[in-house]
Amino acid sequence: MAAAPFMFFLLATVSVVAAIGMLVARSPVYSALWLVLNLFCVAGLYLTMNATFIGVIQILVYAGAIMVLFLFVIMLLNLDALPQLEEIDWGMVAGFVLGVVVLSQLLYVIASGFDLPMEAMGASAETGSAESLGIALYTRYALHVEVAAVLLLAATVGAVMLAQKRFE
Amino acid sequence: MEVALNWYLGLSAILFSIGTLGVLLKRNAIVLLMSVELMLNAVNLTLVALSQSMGDADGQLLVFFTIAVAAAEAAVGLAIVIAIFRRKLTVDITEINLFKF
Repeated sequence: MAAAPFMFFLLATVSVVAAIGMLVARSPVYSALWLVLNLFCVAGLYLTMNATFIGVIQILVYAGAIMVLFLFVIMLLNLDALPQLEEIDWGMVAGFVLGVVVLSQLLYVIASGFDLPMEAMGASAETGSAESLGIALYTRYALHVEVAAVLLLAATVGAVMLAQKRFE
Repeated sequence: MEVALNWYLGLSAILFSIGTLGVLLKRNAIVLLMSVELMLNAVNLTLVALSQSMGDADGQLLVFFTIAVAAAEAAVGLAIVIAIFRRKLTVDITEINLFKF
């Protein structure tokens, strides 16, 4: 078996298992750790597609920054697992059915719908390099970068405002 | 055997559906936000797969901005969770009904 399909199936299996583990874990800390594993696997998938810049950004920002924020808040609030529900919640049954409907619909569209190019992935290493993305970011998309910076600043200020203690 | 584009799209659909199930089924507000991150992540996987398949970098630039927005969303969402926890002492979304009267 060639290396590329083996890597794909390994990473895909681990990422799906990690996502299901996040779903069924009782404690939010375990959910967060499963999600970190999932994010690492998706970063590995980016690397198998030769999208090196996005893969590194995925590890740095998602696994490094966002998940640390989640774990920090979980530990700050000192959360335990929520108590188990005794009776069957019909809202949850409806939610499960809706989720399965979404999955089947997406897979149906992918399997039968539009004509996709089916050639092998990863033929273009220079498309996903930091150089080509950086050139596009700082020339054609310079305004967008500035807007993203303003958005992040506004989010930081807003988060501090929301989370601070009110003295009323 | 070559790795086809459809495999990546199928994996992305599965991850997105698991994220949807998390949003619909979980009761912990923080795990709910994590499920939203999982859904964003699945969409990012689709964008990168199509971008690499077509040899066009614009999809990956979109992923870059998506990650920036996801970071902002996580920060604000967790701040809201902290503010609600101060008031209600729980993160169970079935207990949080501030808009009901």
